[in-house]
Amino acid sequence: MENTSNAPDHYISKLSEIPDGRVVAVVTVDVRNAGATRLMEMGFGPGVAVKVIKSAPFGDPIEVRLRGYNLALRRSEADAVTVEAAR
Amino acid sequence: MSDGGAAGTKRLTVALAGNPNAGKTTLFNALSGLRQKVANYPGVTVERKTGNWTAGGASVELVDLPGLYSLDASSIDEQIARDVLRGERPEVPQPDVVVAVVDATNLERNLYLVTQLIETRRPIVIALTMIDEFERLQHEVSVEKLKNMLGCTVVQVNARDGRGLVDLGEAVAKAAGSTPVIPQTLLDEGETGSNDIFRRYRYISGVVQEAVKHNDEKAHWVSDRIDRILTHKFFGLVILIAILLLVFQAIFSWATLPMDLLDGGFASLGDAVRAAMPEGILADLVVDGVIAGVGGVLIFLPQILLLFLFISILEDSGYMARAAFLLDKLMSRVGLHGKAFLPLISSFACAIPGIMATRTIEDRRDRFATIMIAPFMSCSARLPVYTLMIAAFFSGQYIFGFLSLGAVIMLAMYALGIFAAIVVAFFLKRTLLKAPPPPFIMEMPPYRMPNLRTVFQNMFERSWIFVKRAGTVILAISIILWALMYFPRQDESVMVTAPTNASSAEDTPIDASGEKLRNSYAGMLGHAIEPVIQPLGFDWKIGVALIASFAAREVLVSTLSIIYNVGSEETEESPTLIAALRDAKTEQGALVWSPLTAVTLMVFFVLAMQCMSTVAVVRRETNSWSWTLFMVGYMTALAYLAAFLTFQGGRALGFD
Repeated sequence: MENTSNAPDHYISKLSEIPDGRVVAVVTVDVRNAGATRLMEMGFGPGVAVKVIKSAPFGDPIEVRLRGYNLALRRSEADAVTVEAAR
Repeated sequence: MSDGGAAGTKRLTVALAGNPNAGKTTLFNALSGLRQKVANYPGVTVERKTGNWTAGGASVELVDLPGLYSLDASSIDEQIARDVLRGERPEVPQPDVVVAVVDATNLERNLYLVTQLIETRRPIVIALTMIDEFERLQHEVSVEKLKNMLGCTVVQVNARDGRGLVDLGEAVAKAAGSTPVIPQTLLDEGETGSNDIFRRYRYISGVVQEAVKHNDEKAHWVSDRIDRILTHKFFGLVILIAILLLVFQAIFSWATLPMDLLDGGFASLGDAVRAAMPEGILADLVVDGVIAGVGGVLIFLPQILLLFLFISILEDSGYMARAAFLLDKLMSRVGLHGKAFLPLISSFACAIPGIMATRTIEDRRDRFATIMIAPFMSCSARLPVYTLMIAAFFSGQYIFGFLSLGAVIMLAMYALGIFAAIVVAFFLKRTLLKAPPPPFIMEMPPYRMPNLRTVFQNMFERSWIFVKRAGTVILAISIILWALMYFPRQDESVMVTAPTNASSAEDTPIDASGEKLRNSYAGMLGHAIEPVIQPLGFDWKIGVALIASFAAREVLVSTLSIIYNVGSEETEESPTLIAALRDAKTEQGALVWSPLTAVTLMVFFVLAMQCMSTVAVVRRETNSWSWTLFMVGYMTALAYLAAFLTFQGGRALGFD
């Protein structure tokens, strides 16, 4: 697990706000989100590296890669994932 | 129980469990050969597949569980799988051994289910699939380390060339009856604020780090390249539309030849039977009731086979997930899931396969909303009706001198259906099926060459359900309809009331079959509903055809042919039927049909639930008579209302 403390060259954001092509590390998954359990079962968890690949033609859903496979999720689900990204 | 190698040993029950896309179906096919049984778990539409397998000399009943990501039951499939594993489904004995099918190229996520399986303390054997792809990607795995760390046997298998299948059998036979130990590292709680899911993944990360060497460079190279085009913001949509056009083209034109052959086949079969049987009620029943009725459904089989062939290929290759990805935003605007897109598109061919295809939608409310609107898509059975109406009343007319009016009307009918579907979905998702939008979290599996066997098996299994279900229902309805139009027999002593001479004053000669119909129960029903359909501009004869077409829409054409005494061998392009429609007069001598009547009838056909086979399938898929009746009710009410507005509105505007 990598250190999730908010180092100065890193910032905390929602996964839904990360631009395409970036690789970020998951900090937490908000369990209040309806999709939270499924997201965690699909492998989202503290320290997991997630790459945002692209968004669909109308801006939603988005495609990400984690744990060596690709997953599509809506931005409303991606909102539940807090991530740490390098500036 | 007596078959199998080792005499006296108990027949084992072995369940195959694994993530979707892990190669479970291919492995199941390889193990059980062609000796498979497909049924449904009672009360739900989850398929129960079982087969026979001989594992290390032991006779095994192999149960293929639905694909699942987790045992924590969020979809019906997952609930069923969990219940089977716990021995809580009466149809299946609790499995003696669980074979966990694990995709080697997607090890971490696949192992999540395995950790849950290990925690059930049932004997487990891991079948590592996709090994050839794994090696091609230059990944490396130490099976020994995996074995030791997971505490259960791991066997590499290749379902295509049979590699490892014997080893798998031996491992299963050995595992039966054993009591597995849960690895201590899996039970380690870890820091506070953690939960069971994180705990399992932490353990998995440790296992994978020890046992596997990934080559991330190569892993996604091919799929990523393909996706640069196929899920491209612009070209992705263009290609999607092109694929749909190809599917439609296939369904509407390639299927024509076999459909004509089937049609001709049933006609000659009818003639042959008619010639072979003594004239009378039995011959009439067999030819006009059974052969004509069942034939009328079976001629759609080529379209259905083709549609399912395409769906299976698109599913097995991984493209279906891309289509859902591309369109989810559009679909979610009306409250539907991206996965609803394909069932709806399929429904343009026939609502039955479309409704059956909704099984891929996990959320019940999303699925029901999709089922409820699928029949609004103009299916191929409506085409003969549109074609007849347009040929009779709009042929050779052009808008602006070049746009064929017929084509515009045809397009308008398709658009009306789509519009109705959108509006109804919008309202259903805000009322009866109201719920927060379910999560859209969908794996995008790597592209793979479709497995021919899986594709064809899929195609035939689904088509068979259509033949069996729709066939039995349509058979019953055909006989009933035939009887309604056949009885009471033309008997001087039994004079039928009112209808008899109502329109016999017409100058057209009335032949026996027309007279018979007029006096039949169907004719009486036609008269009985005349007051109701009069505001739509329909007379009792159209009423009879409407009643008949509630069994199946295309029946309208043949029924109108009988009613207008032009014989039942007419097709929608038949000049005699068209002339008869144009010339038909009421008792007062006014024309029955006008272009406005034709449009009204088409509008009714776009919206009404007139297909017994669909009703039967909806009942089966929703497992609910209330939803089925609700659908028939609201669609018919909507159809009546829209037809009423069309006709009265049209008259007010001076058409007619």
